[in-house]
Amino acid sequence: MQKFSSVTGVGVPFRRSNVDTDQIIPAVFLKRVTKTGFDDALFHGWRQDPEFILNQPAYQGARILVAGPDFGTGSSREHAVWALRDFGFDVVLSPRFADIFRGNSGKQGLLAGQVPEADIERIWAELEAEPGREMTVDLETQTVSVGALSIGFDIDAYTRWRLLEGLDDIALTLRNEQAISEFESRRERWRPRTLPVRQSAGAE
Amino acid sequence: MNSTEAKPRTLAEKARTLAEKVWDDHVVVKGENGEPDLIYIDLHLVHEVTSPQAFDGLRVNDRPLRRLDLTIATEDHNTPTLNIDRVIADPTSRLQIDTLRRNAEEFGVRIHSLGDKEQGIVHVVGPQLGLTMPGITVVCGDSHTSTHGAFGSMAFGIGTSEVEHVMATQTLPLKPFKTMAINVEGTLRPGVTAKDIILAVIAKIGTGGGQGYVLEYRGSAIRSLSMDGRMTICNMSIEAGARAGMVAPDQTTFDYVEGRDHAPTGQDWEDAVAYWKTLPTDEGAVFDAEIFIDADELEPFVTWGTNPGQGVSLSEAVPGPDDFDDPHEKVAAQRALEYMDLEAGTPMKDIRVDAVFMGSCTNSRIEDLRAFASIIQGQKKADGVRVMVVPGSARVRLEAEAEGLDQVIKDFGAEWRFAGCSMCLGMNPDQLAPGERCASTSNRNFEGRQGKGGRTHLVSPLVAAATAIRGTLSSPWDLSIDTAFAPAGQQRNQEVQA
Ligand code: SF4
Repeated sequence: MQKFSSVTGVGVPFRRSNVDTDQIIPAVFLKRVTKTGFDDALFHGWRQDPEFILNQPAYQGARILVAGPDFGTGSSREHAVWALRDFGFDVVLSPRFADIFRGNSGKQGLLAGQVPEADIERIWAELEAEPGREMTVDLETQTVSVGALSIGFDIDAYTRWRLLEGLDDIALTLRNEQAISEFESRRERWRPRTLPVRQSAGAE
Repeated sequence: MNSTEAKPRTLAEKARTLAEKVWDDHVVVKGENGEPDLIYIDLHLVHEVTSPQAFDGLRVNDRPLRRLDLTIATEDHNTPTLNIDRVIADPTSRLQIDTLRRNAEEFGVRIHSLGDKEQGIVHVVGPQLGLTMPGITVVCGDSHTSTHGAFGSMAFGIGTSEVEHVMATQTLPLKPFKTMAINVEGTLRPGVTAKDIILAVIAKIGTGGGQGYVLEYRGSAIRSLSMDGRMTICNMSIEAGARAGMVAPDQTTFDYVEGRDHAPTGQDWEDAVAYWKTLPTDEGAVFDAEIFIDADELEPFVTWGTNPGQGVSLSEAVPGPDDFDDPHEKVAAQRALEYMDLEAGTPMKDIRVDAVFMGSCTNSRIEDLRAFASIIQGQKKADGVRVMVVPGSARVRLEAEAEGLDQVIKDFGAEWRFAGCSMCLGMNPDQLAPGERCASTSNRNFEGRQGKGGRTHLVSPLVAAATAIRGTLSSPWDLSIDTAFAPAGQQRNQEVQA
């Protein structure tokens, strides 16, 4: 996972609330066998509409999604975060996130920043005044800036630290690599091993 | 029973439960200030449904699979149980299986594919190879991993991101579970089996009753069960919402493990047994919760609804919404009756079935097949009832054929299939048609679980067999069989007074 410090890119004024994970990525895409390549699946239903905001030329290559309250509700599928990341988003801002979505985001390098509803309105106004406008989200200082606007956002300290350090769950655990190796060196000989393959004569 | 955290323990507190002992012996790093403990995983079982993204995650991050020698894969959920040498027709199923095969080859994971003698339901394969043993930790991206707790191991299902975590680190950060004792005292009557015990337990504590707990099944009725029976019980712990289920290891356990392909040998075996004998819950150890079941009173048990907690004794009638005080249960009962197309007050034994499914990781081991065969021997199946018998693994299939059980099954008019999850879930060709009603030895009766619109009654192998003969939900008690029958999941050397 990449270390996260600050992102500057096109912001999308996403005037929708209660965006559930079924809308972020419909269930039919869950049959896939990879963890990447979900960019075509993001908001699949809505994207059939040529007027949909992400289909507009101004928002191509957008990196920051500025959404209404209750983003990421519904099923706990991690694919929702994968799809947002694969599409190119590094940040989602919303007044309120579903807990599981927020947890999944932090684990996978997507910044889910909480911004009060009134401030979201102000950001939307800025972005809509000039579609395709760039904005900056700085995790070090916990601020969002667009035009003359500079607004703070909330994120829990632990998730912030993980993002700044670029630590996914596995990398976090591997900080204990030495303890794991020591544990393994003490592991009793009788404990199971799948290799080498053993086949006793009387197996039948 | 409502707190979400396990009770705090101090080192001075010596008396420990089985679950606590296994946990303590796998702590790599103790979590401070409410942080999770880092727990070492002894055995990681892998199948095609929950592994592809985990392998892909390793690939994306350029990480190796840490312990190939603690990992084993097989194919079960998507495999057909007929024509297993042909290309799998469904593209999604084929893709999952092909992906597992490719990943196993790329990473070097041991795999038992369709057609291999050790292929089968992942929870049948682990124990039969002697990989599942007491005092270890077992995980798999599958909720019925609780099956392996029958050996006195700590075994639980994990999600896909945890599968990747175990592949990369052989550990998992986990918060301690609470413990619940399920005391089953007494003697089961002939015709009453392990399956009836667990269905009765779930009906008693509810599908959420075990939430946050590791259940330890104890008492004389549990002690008298064979390993196959104990596995049936632990398998369904998850249906009570529990994280895992366990049975303390004893001579029955040791005898089962000894001599299997991957069981320890020589001095290692001696060391193992000496350690395993220290595992049973200490006198005076305190459980966070405790319940009691009287085995003498138990009868063959069946479900009438659409969750595994909606069950009654076979001699009873279909309950109605008015039989429940809890408003949620009332509504649930109403909905279940509609889906199941049942009327309150109908005697369970009057319910006709269209199909009987004998299989799944709950009841597809050799003893289950023997029990089933002992009832149907020399009989003919009821007209119009489709009966499908699916062994849990290719090895169980071979074993059954060596004993001639396949012939008994075919003579009866039932289908004898190849190993896999089969009709336990609608992921492969074996499915119920909409509206079809099935007596099934599997573990989940959720709406559509066995096929869209299908209706499931969970039963034991003995009830499945009697039902297949009569065409209505029945137990061996409803048959006039003179010969003693083999009770599924009970010690074979036990006296049967039928
Ligand atoms: S038999 Fe059924 S419950 Fe068991 S692993 Fe297969 S699908 Fe899951």
